[in-house]
Amino acid sequence: MKNYVIIGNGVASAGCIEGIRSVDPDGPITVVSEEDHDVYCRPLISYYLEGKTDQQRMRYRSPGFYERMGAKVYFGRKAVRIDSEAKTVELDDGTVLPYDALCVAAGSCPFVPPFEGLDTVPESYSFMTLDDALALDKAVKPDSKVLIVGAGLIGMKCAEGLCGRVAGLTVCDLADRVLSSILDSECAGIMQRHLEAHGIRFLLSDSVVRFDGTCAVMKSGEVVHFDILVLAVGVRANTSLIKDIGGEVNRGIVVSGRMETSVPGIYAAGDCAEGYDVSLGQNRVLAILPNAYMQGRTAGINMAGGDEAFDKGMPMNSIGFFGLHAMTAGTYEGEMYEEKGENSLKRLFTKDDLLKGFILIGLEERAGIYTSLIREKTPISSLNFEVLKKAATTTAFSPELRRKKFGGVV
Amino acid sequence: MKRVYVNEEWCLGCHLCEYNCAFANSGLTDMAYALKGKPIYPRIHVEGDEKISYAVSCRHCTDPMCVKSCIAGAITMNDGVMQIDKDKCVGCFTCVLVCPYGALAPNADGVMQKCELCLQNACGEPACVKGCPNKAIVYEERGAVE
Repeated sequence: MKNYVIIGNGVASAGCIEGIRSVDPDGPITVVSEEDHDVYCRPLISYYLEGKTDQQRMRYRSPGFYERMGAKVYFGRKAVRIDSEAKTVELDDGTVLPYDALCVAAGSCPFVPPFEGLDTVPESYSFMTLDDALALDKAVKPDSKVLIVGAGLIGMKCAEGLCGRVAGLTVCDLADRVLSSILDSECAGIMQRHLEAHGIRFLLSDSVVRFDGTCAVMKSGEVVHFDILVLAVGVRANTSLIKDIGGEVNRGIVVSGRMETSVPGIYAAGDCAEGYDVSLGQNRVLAILPNAYMQGRTAGINMAGGDEAFDKGMPMNSIGFFGLHAMTAGTYEGEMYEEKGENSLKRLFTKDDLLKGFILIGLEERAGIYTSLIREKTPISSLNFEVLKKAATTTAFSPELRRKKFGGVV
Repeated sequence: MKRVYVNEEWCLGCHLCEYNCAFANSGLTDMAYALKGKPIYPRIHVEGDEKISYAVSCRHCTDPMCVKSCIAGAITMNDGVMQIDKDKCVGCFTCVLVCPYGALAPNADGVMQKCELCLQNACGEPACVKGCPNKAIVYEERGAVE
């Protein structure tokens, strides 16, 4: 019987467990969980602050998941070393776990730049884990003034979650715009104005020079007074376990389409790994939940002796703030088609007869039709693109393609 | 398993399926009371142009992107039928972003919904099929299209 070990207990790990069990019903699975929680929906921590969900509803799988799956979890334990010769994983309490197949699904951790005076800040938080959210939830008071460093996806969702619960919210970023990893200046401007209308104040193209207790001295000269600091500058993939044993690592752990690392018998999945971006034709870290699940599941299937490849990943985000949603996918290269409305914007990017990417603000209807065209690399010349660029509709498909999609089991 | 299919050549584009769907999922017993003068949020919608029309609803895929992508773990596959846990959904639209068929949309409260084959409501079988005046929508077993 094969012995499986998974380092990490997030969504990639859950995918891995389910992938293993889809092939092998019996082999023992051991999960190493640094966090003292069952697998939960990490992107929901901002909804928790907002009061739109609770710990029970945030569970990624229903109670009894591990028992049903025949998985043993070491909660509150950290994997410190892999011995790829002996095929063992050593935990921080000295426990040694032998494995036949290992998956590293260790996620990522907040990147904290060496700010001067950070140690003088009485209340400083990260915003990555459920425990971070619980701590922040406890700390904020109606008269709190909050400074969030970082206007990316994490910082902005945190801002939305706290908005309405505190007296003031300032968000600063070195970048000249909000959500800079997924939006260009014009699109970011639409979201920023919407966020500002809800009382969030921005200091962009600006950075903290030093902290002095409850005040931040900015590069622009401005001094921001706050009670609570949230650091959401960025994240780094947890690659060290693989790097330490000479495995190939870039920004994330290098994996094949089957999620194998360069070390035999060891797989990687989720935010700690890279993945193939079908829109770019290259590997990159795709730190999004759908990717984590699919990579994890793929790893699990292959660990158990199946044969599965996941090579249809791409960056994609659906992120909403106070009712205005921005949806993005793929890469923004090639020719651009644009449509602008009062509070909406559509940008489609095409190249080499393919849809490569899109940005949709306030236009979420049936967006997945666009996403599928990127994913499936459907030649634009086989579609009625004039119809398609106006609206995401399968009416633009050829009758043959439509028959395939709607005429039988898919 | 049985799924809902639409024969394009028979669909009249009358949108009656949308009303039957909204009524079946309203939990109410009087159609006029349930729908009259109100915006409706059906789980099936008619698409098309001047030449062709067809109704689209959840395909209940064998390898569902929505289930794998849901950031709230709110969509599950139960005996081949994809179902949404309304209490867990946070309305993030990720499922809308990944569904290749455009089969998901929010209800009036911003909670995502889609066809669940009327298995959980009082109708007990797809109301769109039952009420289709030209029998364009069918509920039957099919294989994959070659």
